[in-house]
Amino acid sequence: MKQTLSFFGIGLFLGILFIKSEVASWFRIYEMFQFKSFHMYGIIGSAIALGIVIVKYLKHTQAKDINGKDILIVPKDKGFVRYISGGIIFGLGWALAGACPGPMYVLLGSGFASILVLILGALLGTFAYGLLKNKLPH
Amino acid sequence: MESIYNTWPWYVAGPLIALIMFTLLKLGKKFGMSSNLRTMCSIVGAGHFSDFFKFDWKASIWNLWIVAGVVAGGFIAFNFLTPTQPQIHADVVLQLQELGINSTNDAFLPTELFSMDSMFTLKGFSILLVGGFLVGFGARYAGGCTSGHAISGISNLQIPSLVAVIGFFIGGLAMVHFIFPLIF
Repeated sequence: MKQTLSFFGIGLFLGILFIKSEVASWFRIYEMFQFKSFHMYGIIGSAIALGIVIVKYLKHTQAKDINGKDILIVPKDKGFVRYISGGIIFGLGWALAGACPGPMYVLLGSGFASILVLILGALLGTFAYGLLKNKLPH
Repeated sequence: MESIYNTWPWYVAGPLIALIMFTLLKLGKKFGMSSNLRTMCSIVGAGHFSDFFKFDWKASIWNLWIVAGVVAGGFIAFNFLTPTQPQIHADVVLQLQELGINSTNDAFLPTELFSMDSMFTLKGFSILLVGGFLVGFGARYAGGCTSGHAISGISNLQIPSLVAVIGFFIGGLAMVHFIFPLIF
């Protein structure tokens, strides 16, 4: 129960952050792909910069999680085709919808009922990948 | 309160996202916002159609609690903490006008795409459905989305994540610069 509440709390904070930093705004995503504002690049860039320091620190200190287990970040499988192809397909959708998965949920909460169509599309896309997985180059 | 009501600047938002990633790692989880879509497919029985959805989804329930929190956060932030709309670069406002989008600076999302009126047109409905489909399909094919690859993956200095993010930008730039003029 305590764990459940902490995850809900993290999500709550993340949701507020997505709205208040405007990363959930279609306009901000369009502006980013037009290279007209530093805002989105600053957010992603500073998150990565601090993220690199955090991961280095965790590895260096061989940090444990709250259950006492080693914090292991499993590296992604090697490969190229799936990452570039999947990435391009994702990017096309990100720009068209103006939202990646996190912001989709936040916008639903904000009361944009049309986002349900977007989420339905994302579920169908996930399902279609599951059906085609073994036929696609990875 | 002023600093909460205003747009949070990048140097506040970015580091906070990294701290969320840190908190999740400390809780024994990882930061990724798209794998919950796979969990939801599994819950409604997609495992009958593909082994991809036959996994221990009960162990991923935590991810759905995050989703629930995000939805609640969106409700609170949008209704009580956000008196202003995103203010977009003047050049972009003009570019969008040429595409027929005139709600820039007056709305959080373009009403031309996200209003109920638009949703009930064939074009409006298709844009939303196809946009979502590409995001869902691409995220699973690439094995992650903006949070999983761009933030978590690159923080861990993973080459596959860098490749995926380069892909995100190739796709996004192609959509905005070549495909938007055709569909709008």
